[in-house]
Amino acid sequence: MLVYFLRRLGQSLIAIIVMAILVFIGVYAIGNPVDILINPEATQREIDATMQRLGLDRPLWEQFFIYFGNLLQGDFGRSFVYGQPAMEIILQRLPATLELAFVALVIAIVFGIPLGVIAGLKPDTVLGKSIMGGSILGFSLPNFWQGLMLILIFAVLLGWLPAGGRGPTTEVLGIRVSFLTWEGLRHLILPAVNLALFKMALVIRLARAGTREVLLLDYVKFARAKGLSERRVITVHVLKNIMIPVVTVLGLELGSMIAFAVVTETVFSWPGMGKLLIDSINLLDRPVIVGYVMLTVFIFVFINLTVDLVYSGLDPRVRAGMRNE
Amino acid sequence: MSDQTLPAQKPRGAESPLRRIIAEFFESRTAAVGLVIFALVAFVALFAPWISPQNPYDLSQLDIMDGTLPPGSESFTIGTYWLGTDVQGRDMLSAIMYGLRMSLIVAGTATLLALAIGIATGTAAAYFGGWVDTLIMRIVDMQLSFPAILIALILLAILGKGVDKVIIALVIVQWAYYARTVRGNALVERQRDYISAAQCLSLGHGRVMFRHLLPNCMPPLIVVATVQIAQAIALEATLSFLGVGVPVTEPSLGLLIANGYSYLLSGRYWISFFPGIALLITIVAINLVGDQLRDVLNPRLRK
Repeated sequence: MLVYFLRRLGQSLIAIIVMAILVFIGVYAIGNPVDILINPEATQREIDATMQRLGLDRPLWEQFFIYFGNLLQGDFGRSFVYGQPAMEIILQRLPATLELAFVALVIAIVFGIPLGVIAGLKPDTVLGKSIMGGSILGFSLPNFWQGLMLILIFAVLLGWLPAGGRGPTTEVLGIRVSFLTWEGLRHLILPAVNLALFKMALVIRLARAGTREVLLLDYVKFARAKGLSERRVITVHVLKNIMIPVVTVLGLELGSMIAFAVVTETVFSWPGMGKLLIDSINLLDRPVIVGYVMLTVFIFVFINLTVDLVYSGLDPRVRAGMRNE
Repeated sequence: MSDQTLPAQKPRGAESPLRRIIAEFFESRTAAVGLVIFALVAFVALFAPWISPQNPYDLSQLDIMDGTLPPGSESFTIGTYWLGTDVQGRDMLSAIMYGLRMSLIVAGTATLLALAIGIATGTAAAYFGGWVDTLIMRIVDMQLSFPAILIALILLAILGKGVDKVIIALVIVQWAYYARTVRGNALVERQRDYISAAQCLSLGHGRVMFRHLLPNCMPPLIVVATVQIAQAIALEATLSFLGVGVPVTEPSLGLLIANGYSYLLSGRYWISFFPGIALLITIVAINLVGDQLRDVLNPRLRK
């Protein structure tokens, strides 16, 4: 286990370092770092001072170590637009994105699993087929288009929900959240559903495949033979066993939700990290862009590592596989 | 006539594989419909400058007085605006035709380039094995552990806007899928006797790889490529919608949708609704074709 842990940790570190090097090449070697990292409206004196602070007047390999050292300290320079350290701005926006991703994940599970189980129990009925048809649409339609249609239907035509923005927030333990007030919740629903749709389609497929597989197994037959009610067979015996693949995949997908939040946040003007990234790209606010990239890569690698480790801890087959290696 | 000297009918077993595949493909009516729709879409995209009611980017043909007209409005210039007009009085039907052209050109070019790179690296990884294989597959694994949209966003944030840059981003995002598919199949095929036979004839590496190994790896690759083209179209649309894709002067469907976004809220839905429908039809048609191809080309399902 320890060897496995260390090896995975090493791989994760390599992934982060490789990304850092790629960003360095992109910013310093391909582009002109003076243009990229220094505010175009800065005076010559400011330019000189920043160049010295970032070490842009030194050879390239030395610059790399300065860049990497700053990276380790979480220092990405100051945002041109806000004048604050880039990391601070990004971290301020992080809770909004995490709340959105988390609520979307809950929606995907709460609606996806029952729908998938129904489709698995009755694969040949109209209901089962329409659930699967819906999940294919959820897969193949671009996320932003689904978001626009949600706005068109629920905000413009029906007028039930607001079209964008975050609405009022409440502070809980120093983090601002929207799901505690009615108005905040109303703002949260559409973006969260938009972000959830793709994952819901995925959960439906996993749950359906799992249900169809499990229903044929002996222990389900045995449970039925014992005279247990159909409800109990499904909620206890079937559900427990389809949860393993669903949880694994969703754990891995949590990271991609943060990436897809870029689209949803832009469509619904949700003030999270993703919208900040798009705004920063449009305003050429490079320190924020570099900060976002490195933070997201870090979050990603961290999630992948955690899921792998938790999985290997939980699933006896994976553990056995490691021992045999 | 020479035709008459040929045997009238070949025995059924000698039927060419291509003909068999085509026949099996059309057994599914939905797939056939998908293929017809895709052919229509491709035709419209290819001939947009000749069949569109107006050139939507020639400002002299636009009448600003016709701005944001609902679908079906009459005009003095080109007759009926079947899909309405945008804020500059541009016929949406023409804009969609041009947008479709842009979307398909970008996605098609990117897919072909990615396919070429993926085939070269994937075949090399399988054929040479050892450290070449390890190196290439480590890069592939690392890249595939990040979602495509994130990688594309990062690349475009660094490279900047532009048609060529979007194509580069799509190629970098996609090549890994092809490389992995090709390698997987090539590893299986490499064990077969005909490869050993070719090697015994001491043919060059290049010849064995590309003339013997590769043709036998094609079927799964075609399936992956069909799915990936749809993905590429969707990804390009997303990037352009976010404002980091194609420039405003050469809009694709995604950018058209983005342009109409602000009018959506005031109920003038058609400016972004119809480009979205065009996008949707294209993607669904390609996916229908891809699904059927997967069944037809899968040797395990062969009758």
